[in-house]
Amino acid sequence: MKPAAFDLTLATSLDQVLSVLAGEGAKPVSGGCSLGPMLNLRLARPAALVDLRRVGELRTLEGSAAHLDIGAGWTHAEIEDGVVPDVTGGLMRRVAHGIAYRAVRNRGTIGGSIAHADPAADWISTMTVLDATLLIRGRSGTRACAMADFMLAAYTTTLGADEIITAVRVPVLSAGAKTGYHKVCRKTGEFAQAIGAVVVDAGRGLARVVAGAVEAPPLVLAGAGERLKAGDMAGARAAAHEEIEAALAGHPEAFRALHQVAVDRAFSDAGLA
Amino acid sequence: MSIDQQTRDHEAHPAVSGEGIGARVRRKEDARHLMGRGRFAGDIRMPGMSDVAFLRSPVAHARILAVTKPQGHEGEVFTSADCADVADIITRSTIPGYKLSAHPPLARDKVRFVGDIVAMAYAPTRAEAEDLCEATLFDYEELPAIVDCDSGRAPGAALLHEAWGDNLFLETSFDSGGIEEVARTAAVKVEKRFRTGRQCMHPMEGKGLVAWWDFQNDTLVVNTSTQVPHMIRAGLAETLGLPEAQIRIAPPDVGGGFGYKCLLQPEEVLVAWLAMTLKRPFRWIEDRREHLTAGANAREHEYVITAYADARGKLLALDAEVAVNVGAYSVWPFTACLEAAQAGGNLPGPYIWPHYRCKTYSVATNKPPFAPYRGVARPGVCFAMELTIDAVAAAVGREAVDVRAENLVPAAAMPYLNITKKFYDSGDYPASLATAREMIGFDAIRARQKMGEMDGRRIGVGFSTYTEQSAHGTKVFASWGTPLVPGYEQATIRLNPDGSADVKAGIHTIGQGLETTLAQVASEILTLPIAQIRVTLGDTATTPFSTGAYASRGMVMAGGAVSKAAQKLAEKVKALAAHLMQCAADQVRFEGGAIHGPTGSISFAEIARAWYRTPEVLPDGVDTGGLEVTEGYKPDVDTGLFSYATHAALVAVDVKTGATEILDYVVVEDCGRMVNPMIVEGQAYGGVAQGVGTALFEESTYDSEGQPLASTLVDYLLPGPTELPKVRIAHTETLSPFSAHGIKGVGEGGAIAPAGAIVNAINDALKDIGATLCEIPATPERVLAALSEARRANNGRSAA
Repeated sequence: MKPAAFDLTLATSLDQVLSVLAGEGAKPVSGGCSLGPMLNLRLARPAALVDLRRVGELRTLEGSAAHLDIGAGWTHAEIEDGVVPDVTGGLMRRVAHGIAYRAVRNRGTIGGSIAHADPAADWISTMTVLDATLLIRGRSGTRACAMADFMLAAYTTTLGADEIITAVRVPVLSAGAKTGYHKVCRKTGEFAQAIGAVVVDAGRGLARVVAGAVEAPPLVLAGAGERLKAGDMAGARAAAHEEIEAALAGHPEAFRALHQVAVDRAFSDAGLA
Repeated sequence: MSIDQQTRDHEAHPAVSGEGIGARVRRKEDARHLMGRGRFAGDIRMPGMSDVAFLRSPVAHARILAVTKPQGHEGEVFTSADCADVADIITRSTIPGYKLSAHPPLARDKVRFVGDIVAMAYAPTRAEAEDLCEATLFDYEELPAIVDCDSGRAPGAALLHEAWGDNLFLETSFDSGGIEEVARTAAVKVEKRFRTGRQCMHPMEGKGLVAWWDFQNDTLVVNTSTQVPHMIRAGLAETLGLPEAQIRIAPPDVGGGFGYKCLLQPEEVLVAWLAMTLKRPFRWIEDRREHLTAGANAREHEYVITAYADARGKLLALDAEVAVNVGAYSVWPFTACLEAAQAGGNLPGPYIWPHYRCKTYSVATNKPPFAPYRGVARPGVCFAMELTIDAVAAAVGREAVDVRAENLVPAAAMPYLNITKKFYDSGDYPASLATAREMIGFDAIRARQKMGEMDGRRIGVGFSTYTEQSAHGTKVFASWGTPLVPGYEQATIRLNPDGSADVKAGIHTIGQGLETTLAQVASEILTLPIAQIRVTLGDTATTPFSTGAYASRGMVMAGGAVSKAAQKLAEKVKALAAHLMQCAADQVRFEGGAIHGPTGSISFAEIARAWYRTPEVLPDGVDTGGLEVTEGYKPDVDTGLFSYATHAALVAVDVKTGATEILDYVVVEDCGRMVNPMIVEGQAYGGVAQGVGTALFEESTYDSEGQPLASTLVDYLLPGPTELPKVRIAHTETLSPFSAHGIKGVGEGGAIAPAGAIVNAINDALKDIGATLCEIPATPERVLAALSEARRANNGRSAA
């Protein structure tokens, strides 16, 4: 269980990263929490790796009253600990705290996790429910991509082989915002079997409900979101159940039920009766 | 009497003085492990050492067509043709009807499980050795795979070992008679099927070894992570054709064994062969993927049990069929049938019933060879029996804890010879159950269940009582027909010239604290502080023969041997002391690490000085054996000493997700005299942790082609700290009348009972819904499936 040989570049600038990624079969590596095991199992066999951990441009924090751009290289632990300011009223710190184990959180980064696009990963669902935007840089420049448009399928995104996520643009929630998050997993630190996430922020006109860990991009439950916006909690829950039934019709009943439970509990977590 | 008072019976055993038997001293070995200064196989570096990797079969069953080495690397890659001088691993048994399997360490003709070794490569690094394996081509013709016992026993099934004519290593039957009569008249009949998932043992340190040629002594030296160094020496001698005198097994620190390391493993044979043949150092360190696939070798049983009882739930007879999914080959030396033998023999456990019939089937399948994992069959047996007890109680409409109590062997019956001729030497089984009932708060739980939980979960309580046959002796292993039957365990003790002592025993330390507890036994006799007693274990060059550390035998056997050797040494010391102090030997006593006579005292150092440095002061006719003694020991009975315990679990089941949380867990155990209660408790904690894995998490799943589906720790779940309860332990000490100091073994017990207690608790939580689990691990999926089956049945009933 040792990787096949590869070339490693310890990059110190985004330009250097992008020039390596222009080469054939090159991949970026940040925390290595997912890529590391895949390398060791020889399931991933990149010819070259470019290590992002020394790239200062991925460790920035730039904000406005409306949003905070969190550099892609911040670790889960730094978010958990509040080193990265939490503009989501505690949601991001709570989610970060529940990612895997501290040893993983010390290495894993928010950008790496999103780029990997494991459907069961926490940031995928969290950034979808927050309606976050990804800032992506390629050799031709920078583009912005809404989280809801980013992931195409499990482990598949719009990210080009020569592109890199530089930051995650997270909305600054109002003081009265309510957020809820619940994941069902076999044990502490395991990937989720089902995720429910809910955000309601009247000040920003934001009301979103997401069912995650569905072996595909997270489901944005639009009908539930509308009811939520209208203040109809019971209706929102019921709509969420119906939307999950419809969207996951191809899955076993127990799979759908588990996601309904996760969303219900996210509502409870948010204090939405 | 309160629980705290029960935990140590001070009146029966007067206050422990010093660091002898019964003292809660800290472990001598912990300092190096806590500082990261242990020396495990992976820590060993030798000049010129190469790393070894194995090309393993990607299919479960196939005929080998060709293995083609990468060009230019023919000398670094090996197939079975290259090591024709290595004998197959064949485990002979004296049991009639037992079929032999020949396991070539490098596969020849056929591969029989995913992970079977096809080729071996070495290189300066493991990654490069894996590159060589990857470049080696394996051509094969796939054969139908046998994955479960039913398909293995089906007529016309594909055969693993063609010459056998079927896939049965062994079929046994036991019949006390009288079942038919009971079946006609019994008030209650309960029929149940139980299944236990296949598991890996997962010692924290996997298997691993370094092998090299010692030119100075013209000896093959093997630093292997093993529980049984002296047996490995015999096994390597048989497979490599070297005399044992030319093989030294010098085991390094071992990070857990659990049975995985009590076997001669093909990797061990092959790496040793490389060192013997090329006269250079080689290393192989098992990785987790290898362990999860090639090491998925434990626990998979299927039971069909029919219990007959009277209207109060008193058991009248039990009719059982047990099938064990043994895998492709027999392990050496414990055979492919130890599991079934233990299952059939230990199913009665702590209970009494007059009539018993049991058939066992040891079925060969295309899975890794079955090995004896902590508890050996008894975790499965205990699970099946404890769920049967609860099912009988449900059938008669009584509390399972009451029915359980009435079926246990009562204290007044001790010593008790049970229906399978197990000799229960001592104990009060019903008392352990009663204490567990009180500690878990049974009555309060019943009241709480009526109130319901705030969070909507359902709580339940379950019990599990077992006996642990420990330190199985000569006759037991002889009856199992294993090729290496343990006899007298030996230990050496030497008083050094400065008055310190060396203790040497051939058993090995695998994390169970023998460096401390054996020193405590010597200290008990000699009263020397344990810091002055150096315990050396395992190295075949420096220790007397031992079959090793398995079967909960270390403290009983090696402890007994050290005790006996220390007593013999004490006599010699007293004789010399009597001469030097001018008194009679029987006037000499030891206290506080010094030697006291009627008129004064001298030190052990002075005695040692007389022998080693000023022998002119010794009397004529002195014992010429000096201050070094090797003694052999086994208990007065050969049938093992029976420890026992009751575990009780309180669980909460989330009926929406199927998740189970253990809210409280109680262990009430009795292992006779505790040499170090802290270590006994550590064994219970660790055992319960593994048992929780068995009960709720761990399963080596396979598809119908025999492909392992849980090949990383993402898919094979081990319980972590947040999944484990805070275990509350109560001890009683019923001394065995048949062993030195009344000691019984305790290594395996903790792992035996959890599945029974936890699943009984889950079933208790779900009883109003009518859902019952009969299979472990009790995963959320299985809980949800049982719930939906119950709901369907309930709907069917209400519709009717």
